[in-house]
Amino acid sequence: MNKRSSWALPYFIFLVLFVVLPLLLVLVYSLQDNSGNFTLSNITKFFTDKDALSTFALSIEVAIENTLLCVLIGYPAAYILADNKLNRSAVTVVLFILPMWINALMRTLATAELFNMAGIPLGKGTLLFGMCYDYLPFMIYPIYNQLKKMDKSYMEAAQDLGATPREVFTKVTLPLSMPGVWSGVMMVFMPTVSTFAISEFLTNNKIKLFGTIIQENINNSMWNYGAALSLIMLVIIGITTLLQGDSGQGEAEGGLI
Amino acid sequence: MNTRKIFAKAYLWLLLLVLYAPIAFIVIFSFTEAKSLGNWTGFSTALYHNLFSGSMQNSSGLLSAVKNTLLIALVASIIATILGTVAAIGIHHLHGRKKQTMNFLNNIPMINPDIITGVSLFLLFVFLGISQGYVTVVLAHITFCTPYVVLNVLPKLKQMNPNIYEAALDLGATPAQALRKVLVPALRPGMISGFILSFTMSLDDFAVTFFTRGTIGLDTLSTYIYADARKGGLTPELKPLMSIIFLIILIVLLVINIRQSKQQPDKQ
Repeated sequence: MNKRSSWALPYFIFLVLFVVLPLLLVLVYSLQDNSGNFTLSNITKFFTDKDALSTFALSIEVAIENTLLCVLIGYPAAYILADNKLNRSAVTVVLFILPMWINALMRTLATAELFNMAGIPLGKGTLLFGMCYDYLPFMIYPIYNQLKKMDKSYMEAAQDLGATPREVFTKVTLPLSMPGVWSGVMMVFMPTVSTFAISEFLTNNKIKLFGTIIQENINNSMWNYGAALSLIMLVIIGITTLLQGDSGQGEAEGGLI
Repeated sequence: MNTRKIFAKAYLWLLLLVLYAPIAFIVIFSFTEAKSLGNWTGFSTALYHNLFSGSMQNSSGLLSAVKNTLLIALVASIIATILGTVAAIGIHHLHGRKKQTMNFLNNIPMINPDIITGVSLFLLFVFLGISQGYVTVVLAHITFCTPYVVLNVLPKLKQMNPNIYEAALDLGATPAQALRKVLVPALRPGMISGFILSFTMSLDDFAVTFFTRGTIGLDTLSTYIYADARKGGLTPELKPLMSIIFLIILIVLLVINIRQSKQQPDKQ
């Protein structure tokens, strides 16, 4: 038995080298100046930079709005898909997850092009619509999975005990499906808060999001400031993960097909 | 009851219509010769022709991007599947704090947004003085793929009866035989879904590749499209290419799902 557990060792070493060490380097680089001396100036630069701060605020705002939009649109869809009476075909489910498998950049470009053709000016509205379009499947799928594996007898019991359909939903179905909602929220919020190419395409570079500033700094060899911005994003993600707790665990358990 | 059903169906189909509009848009405009999307100059299969005969501007760029994308996805997901399966067996036999630590570490790459994974690995390769190219991109892809393999294999280990493996050993199988004939078949479904997930995530990745590909001019489909779009003019042959990829994925997914639902009729 004990020998078997040593099989985890190679992966442990791999994780330390390619996950832990890189994250530590983000911290180290963000606390250094160009010549490698210790400094806090990268961090203070961010908090005194009006542009960076407003971009940061906008990114968080867009990410929250997009996540809410995805929940509002995605939950009913997942609910219908998971309900045997409303949807019997597995093909519809496949159709919903299929767009996830198409190159996201290409889909985004096509969306932006559709807006152009319809004469809709690219801006925040198109950004939100396009992002929602890109991430909706990531919201629908975990909720659908959660609803699907839920024990239906709870709902029947609630019904037998006299709950109205609305009560069954708000007091049984919804609370039980929350783990799925949370993992959907994570799968949508995290990528939207950090996206860069998608927002560039959807707004024709008019609106900059936080990811774009990180990318610009790293690509212009301003590694230290880029690392500091990444560190700030890491903190945000850490906080979100802690708030979410363990409720989203096991999201990938069944695989995606 | 019936109106509810009609509403539900209408909602689903409306959503699907919106979701597929851009994809349909690409497919439709792959059948015209116009350079830019949304410009219809009559039906033509010229773009498909160009794609297959390689007679287009910068054809080598696009074709090598496709080749790189597939090659990187294949190598990364094979290695991730092996590494992840071995790791899952190890983690399954760990206990207490060690197990918690491994699970925690395994979760980090899944929670990290692409851009953080990309930037942090970029800093690692800079720090270690490793010149960036194919190897670093593959390593980076293994990093974000392996956790999903682990997560797909672990449940299979939990479902497995540990005595079967012991029984094989008692009946005279060598550990290698027991591994090949008992363990691997039991874990295979998890390994396959982990592999497919890894492969598609690698195919679709943009940010991580973008930061770890270095300056040797290595392009995958995503970075090629990004550079192309930033230059202003999208290579027109991307439209037929995307349409073909879409068709292949559609067929593969439908076949897999129809086969699955036939194998387990009405699990509900």
